[in-house]
Amino acid sequence: MAGGALIVGASLSGLRVAEQLRATGYDGSITVAGAERHMPYNRPPLSKDVLFDDGPNPLAKLMFSIRPALSDVIWYLGQPAVSSDLDARTVSLADGRTLSYDVLAIATGLTPRRLPLVGAETCRHVVRTIDDAIALRSVLVPNAKVVVAGGGFIGCETAASAKKRGCSVTIVEPLALPMGRALGDELANAIKAYHEAHDVQFRLGTTIQGLLLDPADPQRLTAVSLSDGTDLQADVLIEAVGSVCNIEWLHGNRLDLSDGALTDNHLRVKSRPDVTAAGDIARFPNPRYGPTPRRIEHWAIPGLTAKRAARSMAARLKGEEPDSNVFDPLPTFWSDQFGIRLQSVGNPALADQAGLIEGALSNLGKPGHGLAMGYWKDGAMIGVISIGLPAAKLSEYRAMLG
Amino acid sequence: MKLCVDLEKCKLHGQCIIAAPKLFGFRADGSLWWVETIDATQQKEADEAADVCPEQAIWIED
Repeated sequence: MAGGALIVGASLSGLRVAEQLRATGYDGSITVAGAERHMPYNRPPLSKDVLFDDGPNPLAKLMFSIRPALSDVIWYLGQPAVSSDLDARTVSLADGRTLSYDVLAIATGLTPRRLPLVGAETCRHVVRTIDDAIALRSVLVPNAKVVVAGGGFIGCETAASAKKRGCSVTIVEPLALPMGRALGDELANAIKAYHEAHDVQFRLGTTIQGLLLDPADPQRLTAVSLSDGTDLQADVLIEAVGSVCNIEWLHGNRLDLSDGALTDNHLRVKSRPDVTAAGDIARFPNPRYGPTPRRIEHWAIPGLTAKRAARSMAARLKGEEPDSNVFDPLPTFWSDQFGIRLQSVGNPALADQAGLIEGALSNLGKPGHGLAMGYWKDGAMIGVISIGLPAAKLSEYRAMLG
Repeated sequence: MKLCVDLEKCKLHGQCIIAAPKLFGFRADGSLWWVETIDATQQKEADEAADVCPEQAIWIED
């Protein structure tokens, strides 16, 4: 098949690129190819509601609505891209089909990183897709011994969900604090204490070195061995140790794929004006935080980058220059753990200083006692994280960051 | 057109207020208000609010 707009990746970013292409007035062909067999769905509930609700068909609640403007989009689902020739403007899918394009969007997102260990595959889980979440929740039974590798947001949310289901839960994290890089030590310490108050155990400054298997059933995990020399009993191992970008299909095109797909501020891939990237995989410069291009794995980023990428694609198709405005999105994210909602705005991870600006850490999680941490770099406020504050208050802090 | 919010799903993230400040806001008590009847000129803004809702709790009815 020939020409038009090709979007590789059929999750939130791919969907939003298609919508935003139509919003520019583009009425040519749009083809979307995705690795999963499902139409696009919302992922944040996978580590939360989907794990602790036992309702039938959890996917039905997560599906994004498809606007009438997308009724003629061609979807190839369950068909990961396996290779591409960007000089010839073609992408090949797993079924052997080759698609050609005039403009391409890279929206293939991430795959969970796995621990470099072999064995007990059926007892080891990740949380990225609906199929992952459904498989995991079936083994999160009361009193199951669950070990979570990784104390980042996904690890901590998943731990809270497993605890809600009555499992015994231990988080193993190589750094000194869970979520320390994102939150700073002070807040990370308080949230760690909050998890401990809910009977989640931590083994910090430690990594998982090996798997101990049942001699009678080598597919069954009995424990993990840690770098401090101890063993930890485990029926279920959840690996929440970060992600890798799905870039294999782009190899051989002389692109910078060292960390996702490197783009300019228009989300155009370097020296490929007919190729854009959107979502988790796009490494773009945000002038708000200097010239260094970065990937951002926050929920709002697919929507924002898709809009920008779609405008670049539409301009390319019309032979015009792209949008002359600067793209400097303000990052936001949230995390729900044991009934508290943490809301972040700006980029706290880049801060060199942090301090409480409202409330008290000792009241964390108490109803009616909200708190907020401020984050500064070189004396300028660059982020705020709030817990339990009214949303209107967060809007005020957001306005402070401009 | 009718702008609808499923308050069972809404978790007051406030993303709609950032995307469409003329259509959504918080009341003094922290609850969400929104413009329930919109015309075609407001649809784009309403679509943006629906897109950015993390709970996907916003939709538009003809």
